[in-house]
Amino acid sequence: MTTANYKDIKVRKHYDVVFPIVNTIILVLLMFVTLYPVVNTVAYSLNDGTDALKAGITLWPRVWSTKSYQSILSDPAVYQAAWISASKTVIITLLNLFWTSMLSYALTRREYVLRKVITTMLVLTMYINAGLIPNYLLITKVLHLQKSYWVYIIPTMFSCFNMIVIRTYIAGLPEALVESARIDGAGDIRIFWQIIFPLCKPVLATVALFVAVGSWNSWFDTHLYNGSKTQLHSLQYLLKMKLATTQQSANAAQASVDALANTAASKTTPVTIRCAITVISTLPILVVYPFLQRYFVTGMVLGSVKG
Amino acid sequence: MTNSVQGQNRHYSPKKKSTFSKLLSQWQLMLMSVPIFLYVLLFNYFPMWGWVNAFKDYGNRKLVAKGITPWIGLNNFKWLFSRPDFFQAIRNTLAMSVINLVFGTVSAVLLAVLLNEVRQKTFKKTVQTVTYLPHFLSMVIVVAMAQNIFASNGPVNDLLVALHIVKEPVFWLGEGKHFWWLVGIINVWKEVGWGTIIYISAMTSIDPALYEAASIDGAGRFQRILHVTLPGIKSTFVILLIMNIGHLMEAGFEIQYLLGNGLTAAYSRTIDIFVLEYGTQMMDFGVATAAGIFKSVVAIILLVGANFIAKRLGEETLV
Repeated sequence: MTTANYKDIKVRKHYDVVFPIVNTIILVLLMFVTLYPVVNTVAYSLNDGTDALKAGITLWPRVWSTKSYQSILSDPAVYQAAWISASKTVIITLLNLFWTSMLSYALTRREYVLRKVITTMLVLTMYINAGLIPNYLLITKVLHLQKSYWVYIIPTMFSCFNMIVIRTYIAGLPEALVESARIDGAGDIRIFWQIIFPLCKPVLATVALFVAVGSWNSWFDTHLYNGSKTQLHSLQYLLKMKLATTQQSANAAQASVDALANTAASKTTPVTIRCAITVISTLPILVVYPFLQRYFVTGMVLGSVKG
Repeated sequence: MTNSVQGQNRHYSPKKKSTFSKLLSQWQLMLMSVPIFLYVLLFNYFPMWGWVNAFKDYGNRKLVAKGITPWIGLNNFKWLFSRPDFFQAIRNTLAMSVINLVFGTVSAVLLAVLLNEVRQKTFKKTVQTVTYLPHFLSMVIVVAMAQNIFASNGPVNDLLVALHIVKEPVFWLGEGKHFWWLVGIINVWKEVGWGTIIYISAMTSIDPALYEAASIDGAGRFQRILHVTLPGIKSTFVILLIMNIGHLMEAGFEIQYLLGNGLTAAYSRTIDIFVLEYGTQMMDFGVATAAGIFKSVVAIILLVGANFIAKRLGEETLV
């Protein structure tokens, strides 16, 4: 409570003029800080490897070279990993939308006898978790999903958060839609697919984005269950492995100058390669992002209202 | 619960049917919901059976190989609490989640307030679009970028040296004492924009008449922020705080796992990483499960406690 300023109109007017300018400067700086690492990575990936070891590259490559990309794109493992990442993303997204939207509809029907039980049990999973080891044992010892493609698909078919997002959206649709269809003799399955589902497109786009990004970005499932199966590695996991190797060399470089000389002499350029894989594995998200942008904010708000 | 279900039945069907026959008539709804319900039972509830492992001995390799795991009561828990590295993991988890919570909340509220003051729609949209972006990048990618940015010869060190804040480049990634703060900064970078969404939506529901009234009473921009905007997001703030306090034991493990290295291990090992190392590398499921249970129990106590405090303060609660 600044009573002094409160009465001093001149000071206040002064603030009102300065504030928008300062605000704009802060926000522009923030955008710069947000984008800098991304642009910097792209610049490194397009720079000559040996030259990149000298560091100091900012927003534009110093010595242009597409060698890093050439070397990556000539590696069949990258194509295999991209195929794994892309296919699992598509399958998981479709399965999630199918199951979650149907379930959400059923749980908006007030007359449904099992509504309370199922909803409570599902929402509880957001707070209570069996934990990492019991889940690990379920997948490896009970279901034997390790070292298979299915470990990407089966454990990630449903998420309660997404159910809440879709349910909130459906609950906001006019009840009369369902009532009138029922009078016309339609069952719930038909009502859902023919009337509700088409109306849910915006919220389904949101959920699709969440699920697809989550699946595309996951690396830990590969690490835990499929680390020894090279043909099942995902793009993110390839990058994670590159990260581990360059980190080792970075530490070594710090420890002794010899190590740095070795890195340069071997003519491998782990930093630029790492940056190039980063760019390749980010590209799909960067391409899709602007188009789906308008959807996800609505989804976030829908989910958190009831969350 | 039974009462409310019956109440609904009466509301929707004047003819009183038994619950069972009603359920039969709802076979279509059951078809739509029961399969996924069974799926959740299998993947979320059935594994809880695995908690019994916490009371078994996985220490004797020969016996485990034969499939014999004797019951040892609370010995795994006793052993855990005699381990300095477990306390270290608890310390690291709490330190990083508190830093994340404070940094994350303050930065998101601050940015939301600043964005709320922007009158120019296109500029506001642009800032939002740009700052939401990092949320969608995987932690692997974020860590890859962080390794460039915080490298000994990277831009952060260049800037600090140029501004004469430090004399020598700082070895950000290799010194344990920096690790927690590095994680905090990277998390803010990744999530600050995304964190504003919920606050901005709370701000848009503030009655514009309040701002007008404040202006007429002679309140300037800062007074309006202080006395209208911030009180307007108070209940959202409290709910998110409760949720986050319930998640204090979740400092995340991806960033620590990927960014940590041998030099920073004493500061980067969280409870999750501890569980992973004991469970999936040393195959001591007993100790790992016990550590996991400890984490869950503390998390539930925190959630219930925070919820209770919120109730006492007269705020909306979660449960």
